[in-house]
Amino acid sequence: MYQLESVSQTYERRGNKVHALDNCCLSIPDNDFVAIVGPSGSGKTTLLSVLGGMLSPTSGNVVLDGVALYELSLKERAKLRNQKIGFVFQTFNLVPWLTACENVQIPMMLNGGDSKDQQERALALLERVGLSDRTDHRPAELSQGQQQRVALARTLANNPQIILADEPTGNLDPETRKQAMNFLTEFHEDGRTIVMVTHDKETAGYAQRSIQLVNGVPREIERLRAA
Amino acid sequence: MDSMKLRNLIIKEVWQRPTPMLTSLIAVTLGVMALVAIQNLTIFSENKISSDLESLGANVLVMPPDVTLQDYYAADLHGRTMPEEYVTRLALAQLPGVQNLAPKLCVSTTVKSHEMTLTGILPKNEFQKKSSWQGIGMLMNAVGSDRGCCATPASTDIDNSPESLARTRTIQELGEREVILGSEAASQLGLKPGNTLTLFKKKFDVLAVLPSTGTIDDSRLFAHLHSVQDLSGAGPVVNVIEIMACCDDAAGDLISDLSAELPEARVITISQVVETQVAVNGLMSRLSWVFFSILLLVGAASIASVMYANVTERRKEIGTLMALGATRGFVISLFLGKALLLGITGGIGGYIAGTILAIILGPNLLGIEVAPMPQLLLIGLVSATAVALAASYLPARRAAGLDPCLVFNDA
Repeated sequence: MYQLESVSQTYERRGNKVHALDNCCLSIPDNDFVAIVGPSGSGKTTLLSVLGGMLSPTSGNVVLDGVALYELSLKERAKLRNQKIGFVFQTFNLVPWLTACENVQIPMMLNGGDSKDQQERALALLERVGLSDRTDHRPAELSQGQQQRVALARTLANNPQIILADEPTGNLDPETRKQAMNFLTEFHEDGRTIVMVTHDKETAGYAQRSIQLVNGVPREIERLRAA
Repeated sequence: MDSMKLRNLIIKEVWQRPTPMLTSLIAVTLGVMALVAIQNLTIFSENKISSDLESLGANVLVMPPDVTLQDYYAADLHGRTMPEEYVTRLALAQLPGVQNLAPKLCVSTTVKSHEMTLTGILPKNEFQKKSSWQGIGMLMNAVGSDRGCCATPASTDIDNSPESLARTRTIQELGEREVILGSEAASQLGLKPGNTLTLFKKKFDVLAVLPSTGTIDDSRLFAHLHSVQDLSGAGPVVNVIEIMACCDDAAGDLISDLSAELPEARVITISQVVETQVAVNGLMSRLSWVFFSILLLVGAASIASVMYANVTERRKEIGTLMALGATRGFVISLFLGKALLLGITGGIGGYIAGTILAIILGPNLLGIEVAPMPQLLLIGLVSATAVALAASYLPARRAAGLDPCLVFNDA
């Protein structure tokens, strides 16, 4: 469970203070599926970075499962991200010179997993997202939708409890967008917590609830689905 | 399909995108290649000189004062003479380090209508005779015996066969009407041991034919010094006294001792003859380090530049790895691992290329045979790797310091 306690994030831009997050209080219980919406520059990405343990807030606490995230060292936070958090990116962020299977193995490699298990699990995950016939293909040899499915398989590599998704359907056509969201819904149904930043109302519709960020202040705008 | 490890990640990246690293690899390889090739040639050239020096037998020459030394082997062909009595003076002086004295007198003669050089040499038994009539015992041991001065004895394998002349420049016994032929002279004259030939209207028996030495001696005839002096009418003189000295003494005080003993003569150590070559070799050796350093510096600059570019190019990839849980240490290892690979490849490649170059150039350029020197592999490998690692350290630090938030869409 995530707890954001009076989290503020301030930047200095050309002598002006910009409040990306302004005294933000937010609670995200386990197995929640939250869509963070809002206009550009409203602080959505900052919120995702803070939740991912990658951006220490100017003030306030971020607590994950009772642990104050920013009291951990950089190394401990990297380990926590590796084991507890999965990321989905708008541009998929696959390593271009690695095959689909090798891309999926990266989080397991970073976790020091057994070599044989790495391969077996990567192949199983690729099969789950319907890419068992593309395991040796490099990203450039895959369509956008297939690349996003490889990225989704990679997200599950270390069986994370939380998935942070940044515009996961931003680069996809309507058909593949639906496919990707169905997978995210599946992952949520597995019991994972999903926090998704999106511009798209239809994509936000897959979440249980939507939180709108306006000038760094979160506001729950609607509860879309029952938990 | 390989399982993923840091090692595989590095190798795959280099393998898939080799071009950016190619310039750096070439610079490092060239640096090591220059060092290996030049060092290899220098060391083998020095060995050759040293072995030539040993094979010369004599390593000090005593000559008339106005003679310049152009060619060691032709040092007795200048036509100038000095009294044979110098030989006795040197023998009596008992200078420490002197192992052998070989006086020579060269005269021209015609044999079977061939112009030949007849060289008069003094066999060792003459010294022993002299020591007897001088009434002193110091030369009862043949000149050439070790008097305890030689830490590094010169090569004076005592051998009583006439053929020892080719190797040690001295001979134990030689009759007044005996002659020894150089290999080329023997074939030119069509003579072999046991034959006779006429020199200055006197019949001489061919005692031996010397094995080929590749020197001017091959075309000469050798007879007893006193016979040559008498028959040519030159009188009791010699052109040169070759001295075989202990290697260490020849390089030390012996020359000044000899000069003091024979102020009328000119004393030259053979090391002066090879000095220039040795100096050139030393210069080449030092230059090879300069080339090596310059090329490695160029390599280092190239590596640093390529690595910085690589970090910029891979920002998103590095950010993704960090978002997925890569620590700073992992990111540093990723870049230093690549540098290590570059250093090892450049070191080994440079060693192989340098060795091949030396093997090709050695016989063609310097007339020496060159063999691979494993110790240069170690030097090349360690230096190339150290330079590659040092040049990549700051770029690696920069990569590890990247903000992982850059992976997000509008970051």
